[in-house]
Formats: sequence, C-alpha cells, structure tokens
Amino acid sequence: MLEQLSHPWPWWAGGIIIGLTVPALLILGNRHFGISGNLRHICAALFPANIPFFKYDWRKESWNFFFAGGVMLGAAIAATLLADPEPVKVAPELAAELRTYGITDFSHQLPPEIFSWENVFTLRGLVLLIGGGFLIGFGTRYAGGCTSGHSIMGLSTLQWPSLVATICFMAGGFIMANFLLPFIMRL
Amino acid sequence: MADIPVNAPFQTLPETDFEVRSLDAMCVNESQVQLPWYHNFKYAAVGVIFGIAFVKTEIISWFRIQEMFRLQSFHMYGVIGTGVAIGLLSVWLIKKFKVKTINGESIQFHSKQFSRGQIIGGLMFGFGWAMTGACPGPLFAQVGMGVFTVLIVIASALAGTWVYGAVRARLPH
Repeated sequence: MLEQLSHPWPWWAGGIIIGLTVPALLILGNRHFGISGNLRHICAALFPANIPFFKYDWRKESWNFFFAGGVMLGAAIAATLLADPEPVKVAPELAAELRTYGITDFSHQLPPEIFSWENVFTLRGLVLLIGGGFLIGFGTRYAGGCTSGHSIMGLSTLQWPSLVATICFMAGGFIMANFLLPFIMRL
Repeated sequence: MADIPVNAPFQTLPETDFEVRSLDAMCVNESQVQLPWYHNFKYAAVGVIFGIAFVKTEIISWFRIQEMFRLQSFHMYGVIGTGVAIGLLSVWLIKKFKVKTINGESIQFHSKQFSRGQIIGGLMFGFGWAMTGACPGPLFAQVGMGVFTVLIVIASALAGTWVYGAVRARLPH
C-alpha cells in the first residue's frame, strides 16, 4: 500500500482530493476554501501598522492557519514516508529548454539550480524568489484570491469574477513563462 | 443549538473593514457558531490530506507548472479541471439537499464582486506563479517538504501583501 502510494499519483487523484476539500471545509464549519488569505491574516496579526486593510479580527480566520499548518505537515509526510526515489519526469521539450539555462538536475521537484541555498543568493535566484514572491503576495490580494479561492472555490460556486481572475492568472503565467522568463533565466 | 453564543460580526469592527471584507473574497466566511480553538484541528486534518495530495500529484513541482504554461503537459489541466468538476458537483449537491454543517448551521455562499483588481492583480499573480512555480498553497507545502529557501518566497509574498494593503486606496478597483 505504502509502496503504491509513494509513486507519483495520477492527475485525477489529486483533482478529486482538491475538489473534495471544497465540501469538506463547508461541511466542517462553513469555511470557504482559500489559502492566500493566510498571507493577509499574518500581516494583520504581526504588522497591522494601523492600515485599514489589516484592521480586522484575524483570530476569526485562525482556522486557515490550522489548514495551512496541516498542508505543511501533509507535505512533510509525503516527502518522507511516501518519498519517491525516482527522478521527476520532465517533458523533453522543457528539459531541453531548461538545459540552455543551466538547469540539469531533475532529481527533485524543485530544481536546486534555483532553490538551493548556494543559488538563491545569485541575481537570478533573488529575482525569481523575491520578485516572484512579491508578485504572488501583491497580486493575489489585489485579485482577491489565488488558485484555490478563485479557480477552485470561485469556479465551483459559478462566480464569473473568479473566471476573469483565473483567465488572468493563466494569461500572466503564459506571458511570463514564454516571453519574460527566458531573459530572467539567463541572468 | 440555541445555547451556543452568537457573534456580533460587524458591529465591533471599524467601519472600513466592512468595505474591505465585501471586496475581499477571503474574509466573508463568518461562522455564527463559536467553538473552542481546538476544534480548528479538524481543518488541520483536511490540510494534511490536501498537503499529501499536493506533493504526490506533483502540483508543487516547479517543472509541472512550467510545463502547464508552455502547454507541454496535460497534467495540471487535468488536476485543476477535475478539482473544479468535483467542487461544482459538491456545491450543487450541498445546495440541492440543503446540507448543513456538522454543527447544524446552514451552509452559506457569497457572491464575489468584480473589480479591476481581478485583471491587474490576476496578471501580477500569474507572473509570480510562473517565476516561482508555486501558488500560495504549494508554497506552504514546499516548506513542509523541507525546501526552506521557499521561506524567502513566503516572506516576500508577505511583503507584497503588506504593500498592497498600504497602497490599496490609491489603486484602481
């Protein structure tokens, strides 16, 4: 059983579990699936700085910290007890492109050429991690949600603004990956 | 259920907060039932299953996200498509059979309001998603997997959230 679970799961298995998170949170306590709100709640808890956007009772949203903590714990379980020793399968076209940027290690889910401590403090590493992180934090709050809040929860409840947001998430990703990332990756 | 204390949701909050909440999809979920804090562990349990699925389906993989944005793999489209299909079906069933929460409350849904932020902010988040290969959920999972450099991404995302909060009055919405 453990042996079988340690292989990468097919897309439909992940999709079913992610989809079932929506009714699970609703039935357990009227909670609406969404993760990026945690970033706001952390700001509200630690650095509210008298900014109206952070002046609310974040304790009422503390369920979401437990949820995010659970995600971290689950990921730790998956990475240890259910670890897969095989290298990550990467589409050949992508592998060929990445090799031109010096990314050749496909043994982990995240390439060490970007995410190892030695490589983080290079110009490329800092632009990707700090620049990308800032855009995630600013963009998700400006859009009012992320992939979970808009693309899963919002689409599941037929919210058309969430469809607009999802289309823009994907458009931004396509523009970055195909037109801008080739320059950043050569930094 | 009448003996359960009921919150006074908005009266105790500053007036600006109502406006903020109505614009921000994350913060409208106000449960009327107050339970001791340890009841939150049920959400942690859901998170654990979710986190395992995140890692084992490789949604947290930088490579899978790059493939998605280059149309080189069906994988992520399958994951998100199945997730939305199951979510849609679940919400439809909850509404049709008026399913209640385990505490007996009726389940409430809120409509999201359109704002230009969904376009501008959406594009910004898309850029960040492709750069880091992660959306906010996977960021937490990647730290759990032991890739601690992702804490830098989370710290920067917190800075981005904070700056948005500081300048939001001057942004088009």
